[in-house]
Amino acid sequence: MKVEDLVKFFGLEVKAGDGQLHQEVTGGYVGDLLSDVIAHSLRGNVWVTIQTHPNIVAVASMKELAAIILAGGREPDPETLKKAEEEGIPVLISLLPAFELVGRLYQAGVAGIVSC
Amino acid sequence: MEQTEERYPFHNTFRIEGGNFTHAGSVSSQVKRILKEERFPNSVIRRVSIATFEAEMNVICYAHWGILTLLVFSDFIKVAIDDEGPGIHDVDQAMTEGFSTASDKIRELGFGAGMGLSNIKKVTDEMVLTSVVNQGTHLEFMVKVFS
Repeated sequence: MKVEDLVKFFGLEVKAGDGQLHQEVTGGYVGDLLSDVIAHSLRGNVWVTIQTHPNIVAVASMKELAAIILAGGREPDPETLKKAEEEGIPVLISLLPAFELVGRLYQAGVAGIVSC
Repeated sequence: MEQTEERYPFHNTFRIEGGNFTHAGSVSSQVKRILKEERFPNSVIRRVSIATFEAEMNVICYAHWGILTLLVFSDFIKVAIDDEGPGIHDVDQAMTEGFSTASDKIRELGFGAGMGLSNIKKVTDEMVLTSVVNQGTHLEFMVKVFS
């Protein structure tokens, strides 16, 4: 499954990084504490968060995440989008709250970091 | 090999302003760019970037200001961060995952999880942390290029 598939399935709004939507999604992680995401997310994961400041791009770039999905219709800071374009990180918006979004992503086959 | 020996080591220094969340992460981005230009392996760049990011955020969240020194050798990368600030009362406690003295403002931004120092320890090959209360903190870590 690719990032662009998730965009289509879930009607995500693409705010940045639309040239990087072909990336393969290896799974997902959800969290708003950056150090937790740094510690536990895996390369190619989509990251669901409600944080909107530019540091989310730094985290996604360091961990080579496939995309950031902002839950609850949160709008990213302009600086976040600028940085995301520079780093080639897709920033997507879902109107769903984080819990519903993650549930649906999981149902669609996006696994967590623990294989079960 | 001769060329490699001439090229390394080199160093860069960066100033980090405490409390400046607007430019948070900019020093670790610069460090990452330098290591990319030097064509170090991706895993090395990722580990140094993570540790540098966490260290930079610690200065921004807790100290008045700090200096980060990047030392690049052909076979290892070393980063040292010296800050002026309140220091750490109990270094062992600070190293405990989940322990944090972060303010609500810091936590709202997603920092202050109490995982920064343990993350640094996890991704580096060596780490040393010393602190003097009401003076400042010295942190240094090293990542081997070939491990």
